[in-house]
Amino acid sequence: MLELLGNHTVQTVTLGAVLLGMVSGLLGSFAVLRQQSLLGDTLAHAALPGVCIGFLIAGTRHLGWIMAGALVTAVIAALFVQVVTRYSRIKMDAGLGAALSVSFAVGVVLLTYIQGHASASQGGLDSFLFGQAAATRPSDLWFMGGVTLAAMALVALMWKQLKLVTFDPLFAGSIGLRVGVLETLLTAMIALAVVVGLQMVGVVLMTAMVIAPPVAARQWVSRLEHMVFLAMLMGVISGVVGVLLSAGVAHLATGPVVVLVASALVALSLLLAPGRGVLWSWLKLWREQRSIGQRQMLVTLHKLAEHHEDPYYPVERSMLDSFYGVATSHILRRLQARGFVVPASHMRQEGPHWALTDAGHNEARQELERMDWNQAEV
Amino acid sequence: MKREKRHEPDLALHIEDLTVAYEGKPVLWDIDVNIPPGVMAAVIGPNGAGKSTLIKTVLGLVKPTAGHICIHGYPPRQALKRVAYVPQRSSVDWDFPTTVVDVVMMGRYGHLGWFRWPGRRERRRAMDALSAVGMEAFAKRQINQLSGGQQQRVFLARAMVQDADVLFLDEPMAGVDATTEKAVVALLQELRDQGKTIIVVHHDLQTVRDYFDWLVILNVRVVAQGPIPEVYTGENLRKAYGGRIALLDPDSSGETPDAVPREVVN
Repeated sequence: MLELLGNHTVQTVTLGAVLLGMVSGLLGSFAVLRQQSLLGDTLAHAALPGVCIGFLIAGTRHLGWIMAGALVTAVIAALFVQVVTRYSRIKMDAGLGAALSVSFAVGVVLLTYIQGHASASQGGLDSFLFGQAAATRPSDLWFMGGVTLAAMALVALMWKQLKLVTFDPLFAGSIGLRVGVLETLLTAMIALAVVVGLQMVGVVLMTAMVIAPPVAARQWVSRLEHMVFLAMLMGVISGVVGVLLSAGVAHLATGPVVVLVASALVALSLLLAPGRGVLWSWLKLWREQRSIGQRQMLVTLHKLAEHHEDPYYPVERSMLDSFYGVATSHILRRLQARGFVVPASHMRQEGPHWALTDAGHNEARQELERMDWNQAEV
Repeated sequence: MKREKRHEPDLALHIEDLTVAYEGKPVLWDIDVNIPPGVMAAVIGPNGAGKSTLIKTVLGLVKPTAGHICIHGYPPRQALKRVAYVPQRSSVDWDFPTTVVDVVMMGRYGHLGWFRWPGRRERRRAMDALSAVGMEAFAKRQINQLSGGQQQRVFLARAMVQDADVLFLDEPMAGVDATTEKAVVALLQELRDQGKTIIVVHHDLQTVRDYFDWLVILNVRVVAQGPIPEVYTGENLRKAYGGRIALLDPDSSGETPDAVPREVVN
């Protein structure tokens, strides 16, 4: 698959995917942490009418005009959401949803109008719906690179302000930060990132590029700087792997493949990440249950011995089985391996018996102390 | 450089004719509040009385409809470094990817230049504050591993490194354990004894007299304000809370400051 990298078109598209992955991972991290994942979706859909208006103004499929138009309508939609949520009772999710559907409807109406009236040279505008990575030209890379660089510079320079506004906007306002200005700036940068990705991934799927890499990254790390870096890396990986896969396997649509790779990264991260992953919590739960069983057993044996005033009182296993309602032999065998219990002699007509060792009594007493202490805490 | 004349410089907080409205409805109506420096003041009142709004307005987070505010004689925008703020614990996402000491260092951001990153000095200040609130062992922990009481201590440490003259705290005792509550109160009283002014939105009427020495009773308007012995009376509390208050002492005529009021749920 790597020999594909020798192909000039594939080189251009791959480089584009790298830039897109970087900028969307970087800005997406802040959007996801501010719980505004849907913002990217709204911005992307709101870019569609701009694409059409840019086309109508230029009269041809001129990328500069199309991008400018897309940026303008995306920003208008974002400002609309900001104003509506601030000055009315409409909540953020409803505002985003309304802006998304209205602007997408306008976009599709304009698109069908253009297709009905356009000459043959003006077709292909609907590639912006699902993206057409192969149409990326070397000159587009300059634009994408510029946006990526600007976003990185912004985040590097205003790191602590952006971090604070994202974590605790009330406190940020109380030390004099212009929270509204910073939020608008972040939104405008996300709009730029979305516009960058339009041609490659398309209006409908662009939001996945903003959400997926940060969500995957958050699973693995627990510091903002690490999360941003890893999100960028995940964005780049999704982009490059997606492009190579789609180019290697007969003409699969690049945008959707890139998004699928990003989603696979999310699924893997949710499953495997240490600390937060699903497997990890299962493992923890399982270990916990096992050790709870053993600790309970020690305490039970200890109390029984106390009750019978014989520290080495042998307890018949079937009695323990009925007390716990499950077979206890595996618990007892694990405790035996740790040296806390020993099999005890018993009468022929009875089943196997077990008795606590001195170490077992010690462990049980410590466990009881821990339990008392926990109770006092509550 | 224009030199502004200070207005009421002898008061830690001076509020005059302040009205704040949300969507046309007044939340605070024509209030005057004066709090002298060096006191620990509680702001109490029923739900919807405008307690949090009052603090947010003083900090410039909410725009007043009318009136003015002065902190040590300066308008809020010029007094940014004189105030510290502890928002309600629930106002932030505690799953945010950062560490305890990082959160405390945020208290220094206002003192750093725009593009300066926090460094060793800020870290040292943060560690000092963390040990003052008994959390130095948690400095490198993820904030999502903290209990409610620990979160509150971290927020208090962040406010302490702000080096402010006036501290505003929004319900710092809400949902914390008894040990933390005692520790927080002791720390706040220590700060007051150092000459700082502490202003706390408080919800537990039973502890007002034990913790505070100044009281503002609010219910959209100011019902009463002043030193606790003068203001904490059954009559004033009834005026603010109406039928929602039960005085434990049945003989209380409303004039006895000994009456122990309790906010009745529902």
